[in-house]
Amino acid sequence: MPEVLKAPLVVEFPFTRSLGPVQSAFLTGLRERVVLGVRTVDGRTLVPPVEYDPVTSEELSELVEVAGTGTVTTWAWNHESRRGQPLDRPFAWVLVRLDGADTGLLHALDAPGGPDSVHTGMRVRVRWAGERSGAITDIACFEPHDDGIAELTGSDGRFENPVTGIVAPARLDYTYSPGRAQSAYIHALAERRVVGERCPSCRKVYVPPRGACPTCGVATSERVEVGPRGTVTTYCIVNIKAKNLDIEVPYVYAHIALDGADLALHGRIGGIPYDQVRMGLRVEPVWSDGGGHPDHYRPTGEPDADYETYKELL
Amino acid sequence: MPAPRSAPRPLRDIAVVAFAQTDHRRTSDELSEVEMLMPVLHRVLAQTGLRTSDIGFTCSGSTDYLAGRAFSFTMALDGVGAWPPISESHVEMDGAWALYEAWTKLLTGDVDTALVYAYGKSSPGSVRDVLTRQLDPYYVAPLWPDSVALAALQAQALIDAGDTDEPALAAVATRSRASATGNSHAQLRGSVPRGEHAVRPLRTGDCPPIGDGAAAVILAAGERARELCERPAWIRGIDHRIEAHGLGVRDLTDSPSARLAAERAGAFERPVDTAELHAPFTSQEVVLRKALRLGEGVDVNPSGGALAANPIMAAGLIRIGEAAARIGRGDSDRALAHATSGPCLQQNLVAVLEGDPR
Repeated sequence: MPEVLKAPLVVEFPFTRSLGPVQSAFLTGLRERVVLGVRTVDGRTLVPPVEYDPVTSEELSELVEVAGTGTVTTWAWNHESRRGQPLDRPFAWVLVRLDGADTGLLHALDAPGGPDSVHTGMRVRVRWAGERSGAITDIACFEPHDDGIAELTGSDGRFENPVTGIVAPARLDYTYSPGRAQSAYIHALAERRVVGERCPSCRKVYVPPRGACPTCGVATSERVEVGPRGTVTTYCIVNIKAKNLDIEVPYVYAHIALDGADLALHGRIGGIPYDQVRMGLRVEPVWSDGGGHPDHYRPTGEPDADYETYKELL
Repeated sequence: MPAPRSAPRPLRDIAVVAFAQTDHRRTSDELSEVEMLMPVLHRVLAQTGLRTSDIGFTCSGSTDYLAGRAFSFTMALDGVGAWPPISESHVEMDGAWALYEAWTKLLTGDVDTALVYAYGKSSPGSVRDVLTRQLDPYYVAPLWPDSVALAALQAQALIDAGDTDEPALAAVATRSRASATGNSHAQLRGSVPRGEHAVRPLRTGDCPPIGDGAAAVILAAGERARELCERPAWIRGIDHRIEAHGLGVRDLTDSPSARLAAERAGAFERPVDTAELHAPFTSQEVVLRKALRLGEGVDVNPSGGALAANPIMAAGLIRIGEAAARIGRGDSDRALAHATSGPCLQQNLVAVLEGDPR
């Protein structure tokens, strides 16, 4: 069995999210070192505040300030901080019921005394971040606090320049492995060969192979070398320049049925003016150095293929 | 007029008639998702003699976030043989919810059989971090609280409430992995050390193994079920309920959503002899036993449960499959199967399965 291929894959996205009026007031308040809750119809104060009552689903709007001090209602000791978490050293995750609130806020507790210094019922206060932008991370963390209830600022929940959105970067790291069929396909590409797989049931040859015949639902395993020449079955003319791609527009992107394949793959057509590319054009791969897919396909000079020979592959 | 105490009987008798699963492993990097899934689909079809073209409805559960592979569920469909086009659906949830959708489809009477499958490859990514992306994106996700940390907050709340302690949690882990010695598909079996604290109070032994796996179930209605299976596991009731997303709004020592789902599924009308609970963390079994009123006589997780194998997105469907298989073997007459989703048992599904009288 050939070596299993692996490659790092990073999925990263800056999610831009708009805020409802209650979320906007809460996060703007954090920027101004004020903690706001929202009052439910039955008189409870939810911190962090939400737009709709979690029990009755009624729309909520009555903002009330709560103190920056509170009580730990449960905790868990994080021995090793993970990427993105509020502190880069061991800390306690805590749910804190702030003074004046009826629900818990999730955050980190900086406890230099270690896990034995933390307990449910302990008193804590907000430690504000030095730079604040209107985000939950404007609370840097909580810290132990023994001096009673913090005074309120008297805020009515209205601020200059309220934040209306947040940008929440998300990044996940993977080690991608393509599996049996695609690993074999990629290994062959490194030798400038295109290898598909034949379905044992319907005998179709799939390129690139995905390991299963989507018609028959069975594993494909018989390897079949196809091409290198093929036929343009259909194409489009690209007029939009792709970011980070060093290809002049317009260019042609085509579906190409390699000889012996029962499924067209796609590739760029070069070596011919874009407006002379046509269905049935015979092409061959132009390989780039360093393995991987052909850089593009170019005309072979053969007569065009007859429509009947590729009409099933459109 | 007072509401009737018992749950309404389903409009149609629908049963689990076949179940198959992979061996669950820490990594399966030599296989793509469809390559991992396909043998399970073939096995579950072979159990009934059905072919893809005989299946009335197909529904799957998975998430692209696990392996970081966009639209992986469309690739997985290659393994079914979806041409000519089949009647098909997908949920970005555990396969237990795909089974729920298939069950409702069967209730309509439009179809008599359904194929349900689920798969999850946790090995390419860091599942603790991946699961943070399901949290409230405004107030919680920016702090990146991982799945073990959130479960640990729940465990500490249970300890504070006097519902459990660290030795009791360790006993749950020991019992589960001892039971798993009889389950050749399990990933963690036999004697597993309690380990160091992962996030205190939870130790590594309180946490589920991280792994890759897949499972599939076939449902059939009425007489069709009796034709396909010697002892169908009839779904007497199935329901799912969800709680608020705000962790600080919930009582983490209780699971009102699991209790309500169980009530609606008819679980409390007569005792069950078996319960397959989807409790990835030892502390969550404590919550579920209480909410589902499981007495000492109930055999809880004879398969080893999620502490023995937890292929994410499939582990809940496997609970239903394991309960049905136990009924099929004659080891159970009435079993409860449970699946969960979200942090700290936020969402819960309960199914009650029964075999015909012997």
